[in-house]
Amino acid sequence: MLSNKTDYRKLLMTLLAWSVGLLIFFPILWTILTSFKTEADAIASPPLFLSFDWTLENYTEVQERSNYFRHFWNSVVISLGSTVLGLLIAIPAAWAMAFVPAKNTKNILMWMLSTKMLPPVGVLIPIFLIFRDTGLLDTLTGLVIVLTLINLPIIVWMLYTYFKEIPGEILEAARMDGATLWSEIIHVLTPMALPGIASTMLLNIILAWNEAFWTLSLTAAKAAPLTAFIASYSSPEGLFYAKLSAASTMAIAPILIMGWFSQKQLVRGLTFGAVK
Amino acid sequence: MGSIKLENVSKSFGTVEVIPPLNLDINEGEFVVFVGPSGCGKSTLLRLIAGLEDVTSGTISIDGQDATEIRPARRGLAMVFQSYALYPHMSVRKNIAFPLKMAKLDQAEIDRKVNKAAEVLNLASYIDRRPGQLSGGQRQRVAIGRAIVREPKAFLFDEPLSNLDAALRVNMRLEISELHQNLKTTMVYVTHDQVEAMTMADKIVVLRAGVIEQVGSPLELYRQPANKFVASFIGSPKMNFIDGEAASKYQAHTIGVRPEHLRFSRESGPWKGVVGVAEHLGSDTFLYVTLEGGEQFTVRTVGNAEFHHGDVVYLSAEPENIYRFDENGLAIK
Amino acid sequence: MATDHSRVAARFMISPAVLLLLGWMIIPLSMTIYFSFLNYNLLSPGMEEWIGFTNYEYFLTDPAFFAALGNTLLLVGGVLLITIVGGIGLALLLDQPMWGQGIVRILVIAPFFVMPTVSALVWKNMFMNPVNGLFAHAAKALGFAPFDFFAHAPLFSIIMIVAWQWLPFATLIMLTALQSLDQEQLEAAKMDGARKFNRFFHITLPHMSRAITVVILIQTIFLLSIFAEILVTTNGGPGYASTNITYLVYAQSLLQFDVGGGSAGGIVAVILANIVAFFLMRMIGKNLET
Repeated sequence: MLSNKTDYRKLLMTLLAWSVGLLIFFPILWTILTSFKTEADAIASPPLFLSFDWTLENYTEVQERSNYFRHFWNSVVISLGSTVLGLLIAIPAAWAMAFVPAKNTKNILMWMLSTKMLPPVGVLIPIFLIFRDTGLLDTLTGLVIVLTLINLPIIVWMLYTYFKEIPGEILEAARMDGATLWSEIIHVLTPMALPGIASTMLLNIILAWNEAFWTLSLTAAKAAPLTAFIASYSSPEGLFYAKLSAASTMAIAPILIMGWFSQKQLVRGLTFGAVK
Repeated sequence: MGSIKLENVSKSFGTVEVIPPLNLDINEGEFVVFVGPSGCGKSTLLRLIAGLEDVTSGTISIDGQDATEIRPARRGLAMVFQSYALYPHMSVRKNIAFPLKMAKLDQAEIDRKVNKAAEVLNLASYIDRRPGQLSGGQRQRVAIGRAIVREPKAFLFDEPLSNLDAALRVNMRLEISELHQNLKTTMVYVTHDQVEAMTMADKIVVLRAGVIEQVGSPLELYRQPANKFVASFIGSPKMNFIDGEAASKYQAHTIGVRPEHLRFSRESGPWKGVVGVAEHLGSDTFLYVTLEGGEQFTVRTVGNAEFHHGDVVYLSAEPENIYRFDENGLAIK
Repeated sequence: MATDHSRVAARFMISPAVLLLLGWMIIPLSMTIYFSFLNYNLLSPGMEEWIGFTNYEYFLTDPAFFAALGNTLLLVGGVLLITIVGGIGLALLLDQPMWGQGIVRILVIAPFFVMPTVSALVWKNMFMNPVNGLFAHAAKALGFAPFDFFAHAPLFSIIMIVAWQWLPFATLIMLTALQSLDQEQLEAAKMDGARKFNRFFHITLPHMSRAITVVILIQTIFLLSIFAEILVTTNGGPGYASTNITYLVYAQSLLQFDVGGGSAGGIVAVILANIVAFFLMRMIGKNLET
């Protein structure tokens, strides 16, 4: 089968790439494996790879101890909520920038991106105080508002780059065909840009799901999402490897699974629409 | 229904005036072609009529009504774009139905009209496919179908054939002409291809740098070009020009002779030249001749003329077909 | 290329986004500026008084500030270096013909999906722990003494963790850029006698300059405000050895409740970020045109 030089080269590359890939993936794999071990097996020396007594005990214990599902639900609400809200605000803005560019469009876009460079610590205290005084502290609403705002520049930027790929003539055709602005956006632009919108959405769900500055600073117990749930394992529970692994696996599994099912769009989205 | 009148219409982008004030009448049922080199403002002019761009000054009336401030959709015009601008996520049927849906017609009415358009344009066999699955010619038909169903006062075509290959272009040209014969609706058609203009138009508008150089029927432009620009733009291959002494014999600054109006001989004639390239097309032969004065002349002759590189020829013009121009390039009547 | 009607509509459509971001920027930022001139501690409410630049003086002369500034730069620079070089290498590898390319790609991307708190905890406890971590086991197996990563090289350890998280992103961008490289260009270079090495430096790398710019821009935005990784691993220590500006300001304001000092620190962070942004934007301006 491996009859020529090309095939040998391919085999070599396959081995190399798989080794590197597995190496990079290993910490995740190891976490998942450890989550099924008993605490004793988890710290066994030498480490046990597959030959241990598989158990689900850690998962039930983690759920009982720190109510995983409530944190999971909080994460779902804030990441979906902020992404949908962000899209609703960003789609019209990106439409305007992509199809009715003015002299200052580039500047507005750059300015929006630059707000993303505003270090969160620069506005942490006022936001904390405003939230405390308005009762938004430790609420899902508050987190949705903050995450929408911090990810808005990225959503606008990504949608803008995707919209730019759509020929303006098609929107003009819709205009000639009697479409109002809203039907132009709803019936023509949105369906055409659906792959790009999906990529944007996926990336933002991940960014919001994993956001750990605001979610840690602005929540205590009630609205704490998975990032905070996991942070509570920093010590001394962190030394219980099996439980830490179970909690970690549960925190990252939803995103890993979502990523697995939406590979193509996600890969496109992960480049932030910035390279083609 | 379907007359369009432009009065003192001008257009500037920022400080750049791409169309100085111009006047133009398009009569009901006419097939008008805007032709000119790229960048001459012909597409902009069409977009002004469509309402996709605002005029900087002047008025556009459609059927005697001032339409200058009316939104594109309300002008009652339909447009076929260069890229066809089909909606890629909709089937052919939905594409054609879109303007009717936007006009909030009831479904039965929409179906009836779409089916009729499909029949007229022969696209029933692929009506449930998406644009991505169609060939260039089929897409073109769908774009026309989408325009027809609206029963517009006038059709606007923006270089609709430029994305098709040569053979298909000839076919679609005929189909559009035929459509015009059947519908008798006003059509405004933009192209840079003078062949399209000559073959399809009732009236040709030649534009250069936003200025109308001449308006007239194809044969008027061919026979009585108003200036050197029109003379060289209309007709293929291009008209030959010669100035200086040869022209002053005819009391002109420049004279022009079309390739098909040159006679030649191997022995004698007023203009001596050497054949550079001879293109034998079978039906015709084109000779590219360099005259003694350095001018390049194109000669069109019969298919079986045996000329080759380096042959010496003597050219003369049919006296009744010499075009005379003054120093400003304007035709001398 | 549009009508007045659509321009008006465009302004209307863009304004919610602009106004929200403007509000998000201006309101809290001006409050931060105001607080930074106050002696304001959450533990003693009602005692606020105007103290001018004193907070800035304290913050800027605090040795912790210089440590944090240096750490911030090392963190950003180190991670950028590792991810860019590693990303290009990985992208070149993934671009080769192989079996199971899709799966390898998923394996490589996976770290991006892991939330910072999780990756920091997993690395800290299960890999870098000097007693039970995998690295310790490996060291012992090879006959070395286990290395206490967070005690002796806290910043380096954090850089490694963050680099692991961002390597997928860099790889993906580089890979996308690599795949858009016109193969005919490489073939032409081959015909012109360029060897593999020269082809990479003269054709492939210049083609990727835009991708590299994107990686630098986007990663810098996120890396400047690295926070969770520090919070759950070292709490900035030992001493200030792994404190960056973000963490320093956080500690000052939400752990010591010194709103005035924290605000001054926040403003300093904003100014520093602006300096970085200025250079970044100039770079992008050049590289992201078209």
